[in-house]
Amino acid sequence: MKKILIIGATSAIAEVTARIFAARGEALFLVARNAERLQAIKADLDVRGAVRTATATLDVADVAAQQAIIDQAERELGGLDIVLIAHGTLSDQGECEKSVAALRREFEVNALSTMALLTILANTFEARRTGTLAVISSVAGDRGRQSNYVYGAAKAAVTAFLSGLRQRLAKSNVDVLTIKPGFVDTPMTANVANKGALWAKPDAVAAGIVRAIDKRRNVVYLPGFWALIMLVIKHIPEAIFKKLKL
Amino acid sequence: MSAIGTSWGRYPHARQAVVPLHWRDAALPSTEGNMLPYGNGRSYGDVCLNDGGTLLHTRGLDRYIAFDPASGILRCEAGVLFADILDFAVPRGWFLPVTPGTRFVTVGGAIANDVHGKNHHGAGTFGEHLLRFELLRSDGTRIECSPTQHADLYSATIAGLGLTGVIVWAEFRLLRIASPWMAQETRRFANLGEFFALSAQSERDYAYTVAWIDCAASGDSFGRGLFFRANHAPVTAATRTPRQRRLAVPFTPPFSLINGLSLRAFNELYFRRAREGNAIVHYEPYFYPLDAVGEWNRIYGPRGFLQYQCVVPPAAAEAAVTELLKRIAASGTGSFLAVLKVFADRAPAGILSFPRAGTTLALDFPNRGAATFSLLDRLDDIVAAAGGAVYPAKDARMSGVRFRQYFPHWQSMLPRIDPKFSSGFWRRVME
Repeated sequence: MKKILIIGATSAIAEVTARIFAARGEALFLVARNAERLQAIKADLDVRGAVRTATATLDVADVAAQQAIIDQAERELGGLDIVLIAHGTLSDQGECEKSVAALRREFEVNALSTMALLTILANTFEARRTGTLAVISSVAGDRGRQSNYVYGAAKAAVTAFLSGLRQRLAKSNVDVLTIKPGFVDTPMTANVANKGALWAKPDAVAAGIVRAIDKRRNVVYLPGFWALIMLVIKHIPEAIFKKLKL
Repeated sequence: MSAIGTSWGRYPHARQAVVPLHWRDAALPSTEGNMLPYGNGRSYGDVCLNDGGTLLHTRGLDRYIAFDPASGILRCEAGVLFADILDFAVPRGWFLPVTPGTRFVTVGGAIANDVHGKNHHGAGTFGEHLLRFELLRSDGTRIECSPTQHADLYSATIAGLGLTGVIVWAEFRLLRIASPWMAQETRRFANLGEFFALSAQSERDYAYTVAWIDCAASGDSFGRGLFFRANHAPVTAATRTPRQRRLAVPFTPPFSLINGLSLRAFNELYFRRAREGNAIVHYEPYFYPLDAVGEWNRIYGPRGFLQYQCVVPPAAAEAAVTELLKRIAASGTGSFLAVLKVFADRAPAGILSFPRAGTTLALDFPNRGAATFSLLDRLDDIVAAAGGAVYPAKDARMSGVRFRQYFPHWQSMLPRIDPKFSSGFWRRVME
C-alpha cells in the first residue's frame, strides 16, 4: 500500500488518477479548496477500494498554510510515498496583459505555490531518502506563445524548478516527475470550442501519469505524441516563430 | 465515441448547445431555451435530442457514493456507465439487476427509458430495482424520490424520458452472482408456434430468454429462428476470461452495407451455423455481442437507421407478429439482428414504461427515406390494431396519435414535466 498526497484533488486529471490508485488499494490524502467536492471524491474513492482516505481544504496560494497541511497528511497516512501536485488555473491571457495584479495572481497559483510546496516536501523526502514527487506542468511551458504566455511562463518556471530539484534529489533516491499534458478535455478547458484530434480524455492522461510514476520516469508528455510536437515547436527559429499564429 | 448531441441511430440530426455537468452540488445552468439531460447517446432516435435547445451532458456525474457489500445496494451519480458498474461489481460477486443489450448506457438514461433485458419475465425493468433517486429541477429544487416519497414524481421520472428534471444520483439493488459466466442453451425453432412453446416452457427455469428470428425468411422457413436461454453459472471450472475482440467500424461508408442480398445471406448462414445445445459463455459476449464492434451503427451509412421495437399483447401476439414479419419480409428490408422476446405481465414502474404483457419484436431498418417511413407506419397500424405499443427509446418517427394510443396515461405526465425541459421526441408526439 502506497501513501499518496494529492494537491488539487478536485481537478479532473487528479480525480481520475486517484481512481486508479484507489482501485489498487492505496491510501490517499486529498487537498483542494472546495470541501463539498472533496467529500464527493472521497466517497467515490472509498467505494472504489482505497484503503484509507482523508481530506483537507487549502487555498494553495496561501503559502503560509502549506506546512500544516503537509504535516497533517503525514500524520493521517503515517508518512508519504508519493505526492501529486495537480492544482492550477488556465490563465485569462487577455486579462493578464492588461493587469499586473492578474499576472501576479497567475504566477502565485501556477508557479509560486507549487515551488513553495516542493520546497517543503523536498526536505522531508530528501531526509527519508525515498519516494516520488510528481508535478503537473504543461507543454505550454516549453515555449511561450502569444495565446497564453503568462500561463506558459509560470509552467516554464515549474519545469525548470523540477529539473534542478531532480538533480538535487537524485542523490537521495527521490524521484521527481515532470508531467506535461497537452490539450485535455476537462472542466478547466470547457470554454474551448471545436476540440479536435489533439485533445485527450483525462482517463488517458491519468493512466500515463500512474505508468510514469511506476516506471520512475523523469519527464513525460501525455499523450506521448506531444513530445514530437513540442520538439518541432521548440526548434522553430525565433525569426519564423514570431510570425506564426500559435 | 460518437459526437455528443447525436443519437445511436444517427437520425434525426439536431443542433443544440451542450453544457457538461460535473458536480452533483452544482446548480443547473440558466438557459434561454429549454433543456434536456443527455447521457451517453445510446437511445436510437430523438428522446435524447433537443433541436434548438440545450443538452445537459451528464457523463461528468460519474462518481460512486456508497456501496454496501452485504446487501448489494449501490448509490452512484447518474452519469456512471453500466460498463463501469460491471467492471466494479462483477469481481465483487454482483451483477446489474437488469441490463439492455449494450453496457454503454448511463444509470440516468437507464432510468429515464426504464430499460429492460432478457430477464424481463422474472426481473422486470431497471426501474423495478430502484430504491430512490434525487431529481434536480430547473427552479433549483432538489427532490429525493422513492416509492414512498414524492411517489408521483418517482413514477413520472422512471421512463420519463428526461423530461421531469435531471436525475443527479440513484440508488438501486445489484444481483448476487457466483461467477462471471453464463450457462446458455441454444435451440433452433422452425416457426413462431415453436417459439411460443419454447418461451413458455423456459420461463420458470431460465432467468434469461431471448430469440433471434430470421426476418428475411419466407415460405417454409418463415418464422424460423434460434432460442437462447440462460442462467448465471455457478462457480465453474472455466477460469479463462475471454479477451473480447475490440473491432470497430473505422468510418462511415458512403451507403448502407445492409441490403436485401447481404441480409438474406447473413441470416441463412447464421441460422445454419448455429450450434444447438449447452455452452458456458462469459457474460460480456452473452449480454453485449454488439459492444465488441465499436460504432457498429456506422454500417448503415450516412443516413443512419431506424430501430423499431414494439410489443403486442398475448392474445393477439402470434397473429400480430406473423403479420409484422410478413410485412417486413415482403419489403425486402430489415436487419440481421431481429429479436423476439415474451414480456411478463408486471405492474409498470413508470407512467410511460414500455414493457407490458405480450411479445416484443425489435429490429433495425436502414434509412431509405420515404419507403422506410411508410413501412414503419404500416407496422404501426398492425401494432395499434393489436393494442400494442412502440418503444420511445428506439423511436424517431411515430406520430402523436399513435403515441397517445400506445401510452394512454400520457396526460399524467403533463403536470410533472419540468417547465424548462423538453425534447425532440416530446415536441413531436405532443403535436
